[in-house]
Amino acid sequence: MISVRDLRVSFPVGRTVVPAVRGVDLDIAAGECVALVGESGSGKSVTARTLVGLTGPQATVATSHFEINGQDVRGYAERDWKRLRGSFAGLVLQDALVSLDPLRTVGAEITEVLRTHKVKGDPVSLLAAVHVPEPARRARQYPHQLSGGLRQRALIASAIAAGPPLLIADEPTTALDVTVQAQILDLLAERKATGETLLLISHDLAVVSRLADRVLVMKDGRVVESGPTSSLLAAPSHPYTQELVQAVPSAASRGRRLSSAGPALREPAALYSAPPASSAAPSAAPSAAPSVAAAAGGGEGFTSSVSAAARGGEGYASSVSAAARGGEGFALSASAAEREEGERATPSSSADSVVVRAEGLTKAYGRHTVVDGVDLTVRRGEIVGLVGESGSGKTTVAQLVFGLVAPTSGAVAFEGAPWTGLKERRRRSRRRRLQFIAQDPLSAFDPRWTVRRIVGEALPDGETAAPLLERVGLSADVLDRYPRQLSGGQRQRVAIARALAPRPSLIICDEPVSALDVSVQAQVLDLLADIRATDGTALLFISHDLGVVHHLADRVLVMRDGAVVESGPIDDVFHHPQHEYTRALLDAVPNLEVSQA
Amino acid sequence: MLRRIGTGLVVLWAAATAAYLALLAAPGDTVDAIIGDGADTPLIRSQIIQEWHLDRPAVVQYLDFLWRALHGDLGRSYLLQRPVSEVIGGQLAPTLTLAFSAGVLGIVLALVLAVTTRRPWARRASSTLELVLVSTPPFLIGIILLSVFSFRLGLFPVSGDQGVAALVLPAVTLALPVAGVLTQVLRDGIDRALDEPFVVTARARGLGERAVLVRHALRHALLPTVTLIGWLFGILLGGAVIIETVFGRPGLGQVTLQAVTSEDMPVVLAVVVFSAFVYVLLNTLADLAYLIIDPRLRRS
Repeated sequence: MISVRDLRVSFPVGRTVVPAVRGVDLDIAAGECVALVGESGSGKSVTARTLVGLTGPQATVATSHFEINGQDVRGYAERDWKRLRGSFAGLVLQDALVSLDPLRTVGAEITEVLRTHKVKGDPVSLLAAVHVPEPARRARQYPHQLSGGLRQRALIASAIAAGPPLLIADEPTTALDVTVQAQILDLLAERKATGETLLLISHDLAVVSRLADRVLVMKDGRVVESGPTSSLLAAPSHPYTQELVQAVPSAASRGRRLSSAGPALREPAALYSAPPASSAAPSAAPSAAPSVAAAAGGGEGFTSSVSAAARGGEGYASSVSAAARGGEGFALSASAAEREEGERATPSSSADSVVVRAEGLTKAYGRHTVVDGVDLTVRRGEIVGLVGESGSGKTTVAQLVFGLVAPTSGAVAFEGAPWTGLKERRRRSRRRRLQFIAQDPLSAFDPRWTVRRIVGEALPDGETAAPLLERVGLSADVLDRYPRQLSGGQRQRVAIARALAPRPSLIICDEPVSALDVSVQAQVLDLLADIRATDGTALLFISHDLGVVHHLADRVLVMRDGAVVESGPIDDVFHHPQHEYTRALLDAVPNLEVSQA
Repeated sequence: MLRRIGTGLVVLWAAATAAYLALLAAPGDTVDAIIGDGADTPLIRSQIIQEWHLDRPAVVQYLDFLWRALHGDLGRSYLLQRPVSEVIGGQLAPTLTLAFSAGVLGIVLALVLAVTTRRPWARRASSTLELVLVSTPPFLIGIILLSVFSFRLGLFPVSGDQGVAALVLPAVTLALPVAGVLTQVLRDGIDRALDEPFVVTARARGLGERAVLVRHALRHALLPTVTLIGWLFGILLGGAVIIETVFGRPGLGQVTLQAVTSEDMPVVLAVVVFSAFVYVLLNTLADLAYLIIDPRLRRS
């Protein structure tokens, strides 16, 4: 159906030309599902858009061979591409809230496709075809009036309206809750079963493994590895693919480092201000292959550094269990160190290890109850996960604990003393002990401040930012940069450094890795695990990603509609869920079914 | 809606009061203003004071003014000795015709320019032109248009208000700076809308560039433009005063100018209250336009 050889796409940036795609070969046969996998900037979306001639007027596209349905499309003008768009290929983008025109009804959007290609049909039956309930009513509604899942269905309906044989789905489920994601994946699988050809673009290997027949892994504009989905994900041969597979956090990855190129370990005794053993740059390890092998082999060094988290690590493959056992021994020493640190920092609270205790937290806005009777305890050095779908109230819980909003009823005690119901002036002296990391640090930083000033502001008098940055795996040359000049991972590291600066006993992390690529996410998760192991800092970790939480947390609370439906030790809750909602959540998670090496 | 009307009334009251206070604080005696160039004897002075109730305290006069204004009586002109409503009413039509045609012309011109000048060179040329138009004082534009089209080419009458032909040059003069600003705002809005993901989706449907612009991007660009409607009115009214002088047209501008220089308080107050009324009206319309353009702002 499609055959491209040596595809090269470049964009002018200033006076230079930046290549986005550098020599990609792509064949798509009718009826198959091909997936392009890669991280942001890998060129996967650009490659996909080339197939409908939508790379934009700035781009330079060059190929040695480019056929669509047997037609040579090299030298196609805009007019020729226009005929293909919608009728040969439909495009589905990430979030229908912005991918559908917010000022038009979804019915008008679908009708537009029909009219453009002079195809008979009506929006209501198309919405019904993608299983939108009450299609006639929905067709008259605007995107913001529909739920995320219905919006995405409407977007798919508009993409398939003119009956194109090919559907290009660019991160079609990334913005969705996990249960909704499962439904959309079912819908795509259904389209595939009816013989539609599917090109899937995703950063999520698990999503890909559910749908794709064939996978192409892209990095820096090249395909580094390709092959049938099952064999490629089970036995990746390219180091980058291995790294990607390794980096996916899950139950099986507990106690293991996710990143191969993270900052070197620190001795647990080497506490806060001690110089790190190594200042190796975190992102650019030139020889990725050997270090991946070390990690995959269950290198004890790797495991022990985070194995405070491995206390409940059961059900590992036998090859890893030695490491896990070693980890347990380590865990003891780590907690001893924690106790020492605890005594040094807050001598009075050594008897009671509870950092935060919230009881009966309720928050109502008018008649709408957002948080309903949540009890929550976080102990020293503990990572407590808070999971739930959007609108479940988890972020409001974070704001209540942090003291940004006052609860309607219920109370929070922080380090044994009342925290809610106090005037901010009286809380201020203790504020430093409680820190916050947001999903998007870019909006949490003053864009006109340098990293030095951002971190320096939070530091106690007389300390400098450099050692702290080194600790989170950043070299001193980022000190004078502005937030915009940093990558997403670097920014989140700066956010962590700023949160660590006042030596808090608890850091509230609200979706701290959701905006990051999987390999960067792996590094940040490793860093958070390190910090807990060395400092004994407790984390309240809020995430929609069950895999991430299972990887990192000791205990978990599952929230739905403002209430906690289930809580307990992570393995108990996730392996033996009691509540039906927890079961539904876990069932909806697409599993990357690959045997870990 | 009731709240909006209430707010509007408060604005009207505030505008009237502010104007009243400003005129009260202005130098000069009311009696002098009423006498104007007429005979000035102590007897006439005392007659005037009696007739206009100028011996009453300022607060009572103010409340009396408000009370009468509430009933639609805006008083009598000191200078012309006629009811204010008559004085203004006679001049309203030419000014409204001028402002309305200039406003419509400006908006149409802006829409056409913003949509058609998408190519880099056309865009550069148009941007330069807009900047020149925005930064040139309207009276200068008027004088240039006059000397070219009336004196040299003789296409349009030089002054007065004789039908459509006489309206063309003043309307164009007033419309050009308006079009300049609106085009820039519209173009910026279109640029931003074209960066949105839904535009990619629209193009992926096989839509042509013109359809993407008109059916999708333009509507998004209208939102910030509608915000400028209040500003637009200020420009048109303020501009009309000058343009009417340049082109020798009758109108509110002339009346206002005369009333201010001769301290004809009732007329000035009436003009202020009338302007505030139109302003409130237009902003209410703008709020309604938001709701029509953007369904997200509608309450379910």
